[in-house]
Amino acid sequence: MSEIWEGMKAAVWLIVTLDPELFDITLRSLQVTVTAVVIASAIGLPLGALLAIQRFRYRRATIAVLNALMGLPPVVVGLIVYLMLSRSGPFGVFGLLFTPTAMIIAQVIIITPLIASIAHQAIRDLWAEYHDLMISMNTTKGQRIRTLLWDGRRALMTASLAGFGRAIGEVGAIMIVGGNIDNATRVLTTAIALETGKGDFGLALGLGFVLIGLAIFVNLTIHWVGRTESEGRW
Amino acid sequence: MVGSILPLELREAVVRRRGKRLLGPVDLTVGAKGFTIVMGPNGSGKTTLMRSLHGLQRLTEGEAVWAAGMEAVRKRQAYVFQQPVMMRRSVRDNLAYPLLLHGTKKAAARMAAEEWAARIDLTEALDRRATQLSGGERQKLALARALIREPELLFLDEPCANLDGRATRDIEALLKVEHERGTRIVMATHDMGQARRLATDIVFLLNGKIHETGPAEPFFAGPATPEAGAFLKGDIV
Repeated sequence: MSEIWEGMKAAVWLIVTLDPELFDITLRSLQVTVTAVVIASAIGLPLGALLAIQRFRYRRATIAVLNALMGLPPVVVGLIVYLMLSRSGPFGVFGLLFTPTAMIIAQVIIITPLIASIAHQAIRDLWAEYHDLMISMNTTKGQRIRTLLWDGRRALMTASLAGFGRAIGEVGAIMIVGGNIDNATRVLTTAIALETGKGDFGLALGLGFVLIGLAIFVNLTIHWVGRTESEGRW
Repeated sequence: MVGSILPLELREAVVRRRGKRLLGPVDLTVGAKGFTIVMGPNGSGKTTLMRSLHGLQRLTEGEAVWAAGMEAVRKRQAYVFQQPVMMRRSVRDNLAYPLLLHGTKKAAARMAAEEWAARIDLTEALDRRATQLSGGERQKLALARALIREPELLFLDEPCANLDGRATRDIEALLKVEHERGTRIVMATHDMGQARRLATDIVFLLNGKIHETGPAEPFFAGPATPEAGAFLKGDIV
């Protein structure tokens, strides 16, 4: 119990004193995660929409695989990305291993199926509503996807937020590909793992509280900006 | 001068779903002028016929032959559904949507949307969400959205079903104006009074087949078939 109390005190102290290391780690966490969410959303949202409106031979199998990939083990993703980016790997020449870029790549791989799958379900319902109208208006496939993404943006925000939630709390993959290097690739989750390993539970808990607060803050901000729940259902 | 997409001929058209015949065989010509009312009891195939004419329903057999190429045909017809589909946008954006789809500049589309909103008494609601409108307002908005691109041919599938008298009157007034302006209208209804008020010609459907077709006046004065006569009397056919 005293450790939790110590942790809370440490968290408050770190924030109140504007601890430069904490802010550095927090900013890096946000930078890596937000970049990964933006890239994964740019891929996953149109992919989800396309799967909702396009009929092709292995569509059901593709959706099943996509849903299964939502549970992709981050450690395995980390291992594969590590092998791809290591010096002897096919992309070793770019020298990306143990950089924030490698961490972003791993996170994009982990959260894209999650975002695409949730987007697919949201867009599928909207497409059922719009189908006849869109066909009747002689829309092109691109126009349909753009319309569905725009009109379904509130539901799609939830998909991106789910991706953010998974990415900000991820530790396995980014530990492997980032290496948890001080002032370079250390983020909140890897720092918590490190401090726990060192037995500094106070600091680990402090970082944990900051992480939780950050996740809640980002979610609330996006809900507020998007005015979700304040204007009723569309 | 752009050529007309009409007449439209439906030849030996049959629609089947899971082995069950929903329509046909049907032969029907939609000429360049007129206000056709498609009548018949529930389940007679009115919606299937309308969707087949519009191209939303693929024919199992037969063909639909237009006087113009399919690109022109797709652009110059519109359809209003029985349950109006309200896009999750404002009234203004719902109205502007068809214009923006086909390359109209944003400012011009917004101006046209405002003009149409005034015509259907929705100026005050321009910035409201379309899904917040009442049933009658929704149907007027759906009609205006269909008309905003000035289609040559307009299909309406029971647009006044479930609407009160005032909303029905507003929609009928709008349809009369558009018809007088030269829009070819094909409308399904089982409202006898509405059919009498609007129709220039009638297509009477029963069990998926055209039972009787021709000018409206003689049809209402004395239908040729006992089934149509019974339907006009309000009997169950």
